[in-house]
Amino acid sequence: MSGLTDPRGTSGLTDPRGTSGVTGRRPAPVIPGVRSELGPPGPLAGLPTRFARRAGNAGGVGESVLRPDGVLKVTGEFAFSSDLWHEHMLWGHLLRSTVAHAEILSVDVSEALATPGVHAVLTYDDLPTEVRHYGLEIQDTPVLAHGRIRHHGEPIAAVAADHPEIARRAAAKIKVEYRELPLITDEASATAPDAVLIHEDRTDHHAPHVPHPNVVHRQPIVRGDVEEAAARADFVVRGEYEFGMQDQAFLGPESGMAVPAEDGGVDLYVATQWLHADLRQIAPVLGLPEDKVRMTLAGVGGAFGGREDLSMQIHACLLALRTGRPVKMVFNRYESFFGHVHRHPARLVYEHGATKDGKLTHVRARIVLDGGAYASSSPAVVGNAASLGVGPYEVDAVEVEALALYTNNPPCGAMRGFGAVQACFAYEAQMDRLADAVGMDRVEFRQRNAMTQGSVLPTGQVVDAPAPVAELLRRVKELPLPEERPWETGTGAVDVRALPGGLSNTSHGEGVVRGVGYAVGIKNVGFSEGFDDYSTARVRLEAAGGEAVASVHTAMAEVGQGGVTVHAQIARTELGVSQVTIHPADTRVGSAGSTSASRQTYVTGGAVKRACELVRERVLELGRARFGATRPGWPADGSPDELRLEGGEVVAADGTVLASLAEILGDEAVEVETEWRHRPTEPFHRHTGQGDGHVQYSFAAHRAVVDVDVELGLVKVVELACAQDVGKAVNPLAVVGQIQGGSTQGLGVALMEEIVVDRATGLVRNPSFTDYLIPTILDTPPMPVEVLELADDNAPYGLRGAGEAPTLSSTPAILAAVRAATGRDLRRAPVRPEHLTDG
Amino acid sequence: MMRVRLTVNGRAREADDVWEGESLLYVLRERLGLPGSKNACEQGECGSCTVRLDGVPVCACLVAAGQAEGCEVVTVEGLAPEGELSTVQRAFVDAGAVQCGFCTPGLLVAADDLLDRNPKPADADIREALSGNLCRCTGYEKIMDAVRLAAARRCAEPEGDRA
Repeated sequence: MSGLTDPRGTSGLTDPRGTSGVTGRRPAPVIPGVRSELGPPGPLAGLPTRFARRAGNAGGVGESVLRPDGVLKVTGEFAFSSDLWHEHMLWGHLLRSTVAHAEILSVDVSEALATPGVHAVLTYDDLPTEVRHYGLEIQDTPVLAHGRIRHHGEPIAAVAADHPEIARRAAAKIKVEYRELPLITDEASATAPDAVLIHEDRTDHHAPHVPHPNVVHRQPIVRGDVEEAAARADFVVRGEYEFGMQDQAFLGPESGMAVPAEDGGVDLYVATQWLHADLRQIAPVLGLPEDKVRMTLAGVGGAFGGREDLSMQIHACLLALRTGRPVKMVFNRYESFFGHVHRHPARLVYEHGATKDGKLTHVRARIVLDGGAYASSSPAVVGNAASLGVGPYEVDAVEVEALALYTNNPPCGAMRGFGAVQACFAYEAQMDRLADAVGMDRVEFRQRNAMTQGSVLPTGQVVDAPAPVAELLRRVKELPLPEERPWETGTGAVDVRALPGGLSNTSHGEGVVRGVGYAVGIKNVGFSEGFDDYSTARVRLEAAGGEAVASVHTAMAEVGQGGVTVHAQIARTELGVSQVTIHPADTRVGSAGSTSASRQTYVTGGAVKRACELVRERVLELGRARFGATRPGWPADGSPDELRLEGGEVVAADGTVLASLAEILGDEAVEVETEWRHRPTEPFHRHTGQGDGHVQYSFAAHRAVVDVDVELGLVKVVELACAQDVGKAVNPLAVVGQIQGGSTQGLGVALMEEIVVDRATGLVRNPSFTDYLIPTILDTPPMPVEVLELADDNAPYGLRGAGEAPTLSSTPAILAAVRAATGRDLRRAPVRPEHLTDG
Repeated sequence: MMRVRLTVNGRAREADDVWEGESLLYVLRERLGLPGSKNACEQGECGSCTVRLDGVPVCACLVAAGQAEGCEVVTVEGLAPEGELSTVQRAFVDAGAVQCGFCTPGLLVAADDLLDRNPKPADADIREALSGNLCRCTGYEKIMDAVRLAAARRCAEPEGDRA
């Protein structure tokens, strides 16, 4: 460990000022996972003062506290997982398959191994134990390919060398002989009677229930009498829709460093979304007990679901243990496109019916998701697509079937909003078409059918918290519309930057038509279907320098969302302190669960809150024991509910200060580690889909305004407004950031983002940021945001997981706006110029 | 293998045993201990490795290390003196323009260059100047806020106080 330098430090984040969140401390060099010993914080020259400290528990829940890691991130000192360095380190590199489906006849590593500077080359045969596969739910993914390649870019061999280029060139010298197999690329080829099985001899728990072994999981939802309801419908619309494969495109590549330890174990510093889930998959492959695989979260450059599955973790550890040297691995962007799962592409068939007064009669839907070669999160994606497949509407008669396929396409799994995103794109297109058929305003039609608190979902689950669907639509509709023809400067000149095509100078306004579209969506929050979805927090309170200070230790993966900010806010609110230290996330504390499913503020936030409450109880007991006899005002009955912790003091209901926390604590520290769970859920019934499968729902609505050059098929999004209910904005600045970021990812898949897989070869055609386009600042419009705070009484502070909902309705709102501008019946996302022109 | 000499953030630096194919980005990150410039795409598309090379913003991943011989390089680590924040850095923190932070160093160098050239940029100018810097977290709204805030603060500051 001694040579591992991390001059920037993700660890030991301290936010002593609360309201500013910025420290004047330049952190001493720290090793990730080791708390830095901090000197007293001092003010940084020129710090902002507009976030002045207020009375009470400043910097607590509900304030726009600034990120504690913000300063490190703007100075370049924050250590991302690709920034780690060790003086003795080697570089790891993976050889990946150049074909999508093949038998491996032979692998010859001799030339690679003989290359000067190469220290190890590992293949399947070198794996140390019988556990050679991993996977989030189904362990179907080989660590290194064995005898068979199932998708383009599958890892075959791992190389460790002195320099990354030596490793790359050595990997290129490995000779792999393939015998190509017929490709499974879609539902027809997957479920044909003679189809090659992507996975033979399946033993997973879904296998006995699927209609074909190339179906990962299938979930029907059946409610009411659809035949009878369809007969009552005055209008019926049917449509087929297609949703492309989206990439998370987090900017920080998959990376990390494995350091072999003297005890035969390994220390792994890595960017992930869930340390403990990684650990459970890594340790058995290494043949090590979990306590010998010590994981620390390195700085994470975005995630969006793409870091739920393992990438380089096991390979780096294997190479480190084999060579006895620290091994750093960093995927480049090309490899990153093969290094993580993507959003499932989907084909969706919908039938909606309504009466002539605009009430939905029924919905039939069939959603086919392409899971690619390995299962990843496919079963959960199926569950979401099925259970949320009709959207935030009241419908009494529903027949939905969702399934995920095994194919030779790239593996697909978690991405922000999974399952619900694809469904929302289709059902919102249907709602527009049905409104038009009925002859109602599209927003009014949605409001007429909108779910409210007390509504029953197609799963039979009652929505028992506020569901302000109609209100969210009303809010985005009432926002003022942006000005028409924004490219006209008033002086007769044209600012082409405000036009579709921009500086390409393709139009000065001729052929440009404006369109407006609306959409609304529903996303579940937290892990569903009976999963034991808990988190763990350790909170310590002690006196330092005459002041009570708190520290919070969780294994929560901070991926940019601001969980570290929120944990400090919760500790301030609950414990009445201003100084809170956030420990680095590692596996020395219990699992925090995944930073996904919009769940961390709810679940790990809940665990931090609960741990603080237990600390508070212990501190008040201590206070009563110390001062109860000598100072008036301490409740004698041991019921301290009326006491408040504020400003570092214990305050009675009448405002009397009973003691300072520092004097109560003296030399003692109070520390509590506790697990916290949200209310339980249950699996959906296999045949009917009935069951209280979800914890909580999150709702957002969008209005998109676009200008389309209908001659060239170019689209400029002029404005993308969003209204979302977040229950309680624990950090309003961060919430708005989540909404705008999520909306932009929805914009991306509406207009430009798609991983293109060649149907004839199964090869990925565009694994680069040159060919896979994510929105730039020029593609992204102003995004006004309306935040509602209708409390969910089941959740801590009434909050509602916020991260995913804005990703859902953004895409269909933009598609609706483009349809309105062009008059075209667009059934596919992303929509491309060729879909908008006849040429 | 070769030796590369250059000035980084005002200090003369030297890197030995540099392989001819290495980029300026690799030398900064792996040989000079300056990993602030980021490696998001290494193909000149994302702007996360933006540095100033003799005053001009470039993608350090597209500059061969040898091309930087004798040049002046400014990275994110050199935007402000040790222990201080420049106006642009401070504005990014204050405006909530930082989430994961991986795009931030490149955006800061690009925004700093913009405000040097154009102290009072219109929104369209900001978008144009930052169009080579991808951000996946924020949707750019808070980045717009940060650059507007930095511009306003720089205009309000007396000349010479500017970090």
